[in-house]
Parts: sequence; C-alpha cells; structure tokens
Amino acid sequence: MPARQAAILGGNRIPFARSNGRYAHASNQDMLTAALDGLAARFGLQDVRLGEVAAGAVLKHSRDFNLTRESVLGSVLNARTPAYDVGQACGTGLEATVLVANKIALGQTESAVAGGADTTSDAPIAVNEGLREVLLAANRARSVPSRLKALTGLRPNQLLPSIPQNSEPRTGLSMGEHQAITTHEWGITRAEQDELTAASHHNLAAAYERGFFDDLVTPFLGLTRDQNLRPDSSVEKLAKLAPAFGKRLADPTMTAGNSTPLTDGASTVLLSSDEWAAERGLPVLAHLVDAETAAVDYVHGDRKDDGLLMAPAYALPRLLERNKLSLQDFDFYEIHEAFAGTVLATLKAWQDPVFCRDRLGLDHPLGEIDHSRLNVAGSSLAAGHPFAATGARIVATLAKLLHERGSGRGLISICAAGGQGVVAILEA
Amino acid sequence: MASQSTDRYLALVNSPIGANVAAKVGLPRPAVLRRYRPDGPLLGGPLEVATIGAGLVGLTDLLAGLDVELAAPDSTARLGALLLDASDLAGPDQLAELRAKLAGSLRRLGPSARVLLIGRTPDGQSAWVDAGRQALDGIVRSLAKELRSGATANLIQLDAADTPLTNLAAPVRFLLSGRSAYVDGQVLRVGGGVAPAPGDWAAPLAGKTALVTGAARGIGAAIAEVLARDGASVVVADLPAAGQALAKVANRIGASTLQLDIAAPQAADTVAEYLTQRHGGVDIVIHNAGITRDKLLANMKPEVWDSVLAVNLLSQLRINEKLLDSATLREGGRVVCLASTSGIAGNRGQTNYAASKAGVIGMVRALAPAFAARQATINAVAPGFIDTEMTRAIPFVTREVARRLSSLQQAGLPVDVAETIAFLSQSAAGGVSGQVLRVCGQNLVGA
Repeated sequence: MPARQAAILGGNRIPFARSNGRYAHASNQDMLTAALDGLAARFGLQDVRLGEVAAGAVLKHSRDFNLTRESVLGSVLNARTPAYDVGQACGTGLEATVLVANKIALGQTESAVAGGADTTSDAPIAVNEGLREVLLAANRARSVPSRLKALTGLRPNQLLPSIPQNSEPRTGLSMGEHQAITTHEWGITRAEQDELTAASHHNLAAAYERGFFDDLVTPFLGLTRDQNLRPDSSVEKLAKLAPAFGKRLADPTMTAGNSTPLTDGASTVLLSSDEWAAERGLPVLAHLVDAETAAVDYVHGDRKDDGLLMAPAYALPRLLERNKLSLQDFDFYEIHEAFAGTVLATLKAWQDPVFCRDRLGLDHPLGEIDHSRLNVAGSSLAAGHPFAATGARIVATLAKLLHERGSGRGLISICAAGGQGVVAILEA
Repeated sequence: MASQSTDRYLALVNSPIGANVAAKVGLPRPAVLRRYRPDGPLLGGPLEVATIGAGLVGLTDLLAGLDVELAAPDSTARLGALLLDASDLAGPDQLAELRAKLAGSLRRLGPSARVLLIGRTPDGQSAWVDAGRQALDGIVRSLAKELRSGATANLIQLDAADTPLTNLAAPVRFLLSGRSAYVDGQVLRVGGGVAPAPGDWAAPLAGKTALVTGAARGIGAAIAEVLARDGASVVVADLPAAGQALAKVANRIGASTLQLDIAAPQAADTVAEYLTQRHGGVDIVIHNAGITRDKLLANMKPEVWDSVLAVNLLSQLRINEKLLDSATLREGGRVVCLASTSGIAGNRGQTNYAASKAGVIGMVRALAPAFAARQATINAVAPGFIDTEMTRAIPFVTREVARRLSSLQQAGLPVDVAETIAFLSQSAAGGVSGQVLRVCGQNLVGA
C-alpha cells in the first residue's frame, strides 16, 4: 500500500444533454472548459497552478489533439497548469482519476483535476478514405503535371464523408448489439432491466430534489438538470417501448429506455493530498484506495463470459483479493449503466458459481449485493452517458455519498469499449 | 464593472447640445454622479468646515486623517464638500447662525459636492435642545431637494456624548466620498460600539470573509465585486439554476460559489457548515437574495405570497438566528440585509414584497442588541430605483418617469447599493447598527 492516498475534494460537471439537444453547437473543448471553470469557481481556484489536469474525449476532432491543455488555457486556472489527454473509451474519466490519484499517492504531485468530455452532436466528420489518399498523393507530388495526374484519381463518391461509427472495429457490431448478446446469454429479463432503469430515473430525480447535486453540477447553456432525466419514468411506461437492439435474437429485451442514449457533456473531479486540502480549508470527501483494470477477448472469446462489456467482472475479484475485501463489504455500489443489461449481467456473473470458478478462479461465487446500495443517486440510464465524462461524474457522486454518510466504502465499476473495464474503491 | 447605466436621457442632457436644450426648455438635468475609485481622491474639491459653538473635540484631527485639502478662508474655489459641525446646537435659536453659514457656501459647491451636517440624536432630555436637533433633519431633507449637479446633503446624528469620535471616521469618509453617490437626504445615526480603523482605507475589508446571497446578477453581483475590490474573500451564493452566471461572477472576482436554495429549510445549516468548514467562520454576511411576485392583494395566490416571504424574509431570519446560535459569525461581524423603499413607502401590487422588506427592517432593529453583545452590527439597506435587469423590464415611459422621481433625477446603479453595503461591512462602521440606510437618490415617493 502506498504511503498516502489521494483525497477527493469534490467535482463539477455540466448537466448532460441529449444528442443534438442544448449542446448541439458546443465542442468538447467548450464543455470541458465550462466544467473546469465551474470547478474553479466552486473551490476558488482562479489563477491557482494545479499539479496537473488529465482528461479526455472518446469522439475527438483532429483539432482536439491537445484537448485538455487547450481547455486549461481557456479556463481561469493558472495557465502554467500542465495537462494531458487520456483515452480508454468509456473508462477515460475513471482511468484519468486513477492516474492522477497515483501521482498524488506517490508524492509526484499535490493537486490535480481528472475529467472528460464527449459530444455526439458536434462529432468529427472525416473526409472519405479514398479522397484522403488522393489528396495526400497530390501533396506528395513534386511537379505540377504529376500533381494533376494524382488529382485525376478524384471520384464523385469520394465526396461522401466518413462519419464515426458507434461500433467495434473488429466485429462491426454496435455496442448495443454486443450487449444484446450478453444480456441474452446471461438470461436477463426485460422486466429486470426496466426496473433498474426506472430506479435510476427515480434515484437521480430524488437526488436533485434534495439538493444533492447543488455542489456537483453547474448549469450550462440554459440546461440546469440532465436532459435525459424522466422523474415520472415507470416500469409500465418502459414496458411499452419497442426493442432497439438484438432484434434478431429470440426474445429481444433491450430498448431505448433501458439503454443509455447518446449524450453530450463534461465532468471534472478535484483530487489532492490531504495537506493541500487542509491548507485551503477544503474538506476531504473520500480517498481513492485502489483500482484495477481488466480486458476481455470479446473478438474470439465466449459469447457469454467474454461479452464486450463484461471486463469489470474480471477486474473486481483481483481488486478485492488485493484489498482483502468481499463484495459485500461496501456501503455503496456505483456500477455504470451503459445498459441496464450490463449492470445485471455483471451482478449475475458474480453470483454464478460456474463463472466464478472457471473464469475467476474462485472457490465460491462473489455473491449478491444489497440492491438498495446500488446507484443510489441515479446513474447513466437517467443522467445520460457522454462517454469520457461518466467516470468523473461517478467518482464525485460516490465521494459525496460517502462524505454524507460520514464513513464507509464504495465501489465503482465502469465498462468500456474494446472489451475493457475499470473498477475502483473509495473510502471515507 | 457590471453596473453601466443605460440611461440615455442622462447621457443626452450631459452632451453639449442636449444640456443647452434642456436648460432652455426647463427639462430635468440629471448630473453624471461622482463615483468612488480606490485610487482617486476622496473629494472633488476642497473641504470647508463650519462649526456651531465649540464643536467636537478632535474633529480637526479626524479630518486631517482624510487626506483632503481644506478650503482656504477667503477662497472662491469650487467646494468639494461643506461639513457643518452642529453637535453643540443648543436650541432653535442657533439655527439662524447655521442658515447663514450654509447659505454663504452653497453657491460655491462644485459638481457632486457633499453637504454633511453633524448633529446629535434627540434624547428627550430637553424640548429646546431636541427641537434644534430634530430641525437639522428637516433642513437636510429639504436642502437635498434644492441641490443640483449631483450634490447631496446628509446628516450624521451622534448618539451620546460618550460616543468615541473615532466612530465617526468611517461614516464621514463614506458620506463625503463617491461611495455615497446615490445616498441623499438621509440621516445616519452613529453610536458607541467597537469600530477599529482598517490598516489601509483603500482595502478596508482585507482579511475578511464575506458571504453574498443572490450574487449571480444585478445588485448581488455588484456587491460581491465591491467587497472583493475592498479586499474581502468572497463566497457568492445563488440558486443552483443560476449557477453558470454565478460561476462567471466568482471567476471574475476570485470568489467561491455556493449553489443553494436559500429558502430551503436546511439552508441556514448548510450555509453555517460551509462557512465553518471552508473559512473557519465568516465576518460579513450580505442578505441580498430576493424575488418579486407582484399581484394585487385581492388576486394574490397563497403560494405567491409564501414564496416572496420565504426568500426575502424567512431565509434571513433563519440564517441570522443560526449566526447568533453558532460561532459562525466571528466577533466584530457585520450583517447587512437588503430591504427596499417599497418596504418603507409601500407599492401598489407589492403587499407581499413590502411585507417582506418591512419585516427585514423590523428584524434588523430587533437583532441589533444581540449582535452588539459580540461586537457585531446588523443593518438594512433600502435601495430605491436602481438600474438592473429587473427595472429594465419596466415599460419605457413608466421607467423614464420613475428614473426622474428623485432629487438626483436619475436611477441609481447597482454599484451605489454595493458601495453602501461595503461601507456598513467595514469594521470601522461599528458605530452604526440597527439602522436602515436608503440608497434612493432621495426618492420623492415615500418617507
């Protein structure tokens, strides 16, 4: 164990907007800068030089090559604050948090911000691959005739732009289609998924109502709460939705309701050493204890056990083992709701004796969790999921939940594209 | 500063052609008021001092500390201010002398000059003495209406013979300086109470922590800005929904944001906990958050009534109670509550608003003794017609008329309210408590 643990002091995010909603014209940099400025305002960090800022975006323009540093320069933070981009798909925000927390624990830095932003509205559109090759060839040509010759390769169909796909490059399947297979293989019912979804909306709405997000969210472009939130959502209403993924499967259960919608947003979380926090009179909400990352071979592996979003199921036992904890030793569970099916399949895997024995190498299954401790302030199904922004949202939310409780331990589990997963433990 | 006037008429009559026309036709000619700059002189010209009787012992030293030029005896130069020490006024028979001294100097007043009378608070001991003392009140209120070119007249009443003269320093500075640009025809009582002078009069709030509610825009944002300029570490609070504007204010002035609904039942606890955790307590609390929901009383729905009372009055009561019960407000603390001239003079369609604002005045007067016990003060400031987003929504003609209905013939700016609040927030203003100071350009409507 390291000599010290990084303290989580709080966070700030902008409300998440549905794709092509309020933030249709906001770039990743606009949103990340707004989230940083709101964080600086909350903690009085104007012109403060922080140790570093680490953040990222999943859908990035080529102009965003230095997204985080550019956002820092556009913010009120001291311009001498270094920054770098991190990318691990939907795990970006949590991985960035772990990175800066480790540096703090090692004494390499005293203060840091981790975060992420993503826009599906202001998405990058690249030129057609054929057009790109012709243009590059023309650029390489040394004489006018050879340049013209290269340009004769232009074809009308090259005018079609290349739009980013929400699908896995190696399988061609969208994330929803992948999860539909996993959901089906693990036998997760439609009713279970809709129940989890309704609970997410109700929990998020209740948290807003009691002012829980008063010091976690700063409005942006006229949006004051997450646009996707439906406080009056119910199992009955959700049951009426038509299946959206896995329609070729025998019994499709995944709908637009129990899957996260495409979302725009940004989030940040402030971490530091205990000393840095004390010097500024900033209360410590929680500490980051440990984290673990895992990946599955979803390309060649088993349809059930190696589902695209199943990696957290593998990461957790390693984390528990290292910290001498059981799955039941937590007061809060924050399991990212990429899809309701993801959460439910992961929880089912941890209860499954065969999976736990054969794939996790455990004598006994990890067992059940108390569902009243799961995503108690809502999660991605209600709030939305701007890919890289989800990690910092969850870290700040859990840290505040633990602080409110006075003491305790919380678990974070986030699945990511490419068959990856990040899990972490927070304690207050 | 977020307090630029949008008064086109004022700009017009201060242009060469506009001034000429307005003078010929007899239109009102509001002046561009002299406003405070930390690096600027206290006054626009020399200070003339006159005394009835012996006058206050030590006043000369106090005035020497202001670093202002005193008017030479036979000078004909334009005066920056006329200060008349009438603290020894023994009865009405001495008022003729006072009249003569005032009249001799009034014509020499420069633009935005100050007439400042210092008297004593009537104490009920002698009918003759009190008649004279109270007469000063009438003189100042009438003279303020006669003065032009942005000049103002105000009265300081010294409470008791044993009130330390040092308690006068901050009020005199305030009423002479550009900070009081829109304070006119007012009476300010100065009493005992601990009023330590700041280390630096240009940063009188240095080292202090201040909370300003309703700070996302308008008057609240101006208050936060002025407190920060005067050296305070500021916490700006407003509704979570106003968070984006609030963050902008905070980032402009180096403050921290506290998003919360001040009308929520647990808000007082949240505020106290926040201030204790983050700042170890608080020195200055400005209750600025307020809303209007105008309706004639006969048509007013219960929830409309309740919401205005909850935000404008009950939140202040609860937080003040918490400040007194806990150790959150440090010794020597300052609390300033926003009242309104509506709460003094009344306003059609505003029974709820006027109830809340008059209630604030009652609260301030009742709490002053409890605050005095910890060397703290609590006061109310009642703005008149101030140029804000709220008043910009008033129809053009109504707004133009309302703007001219004061002795200064113009609306005030948010910064004018802010400067008055910043003055009351100084430790040196410790002699002022339990009072209501109007920032209304001597509004012709109401008291």
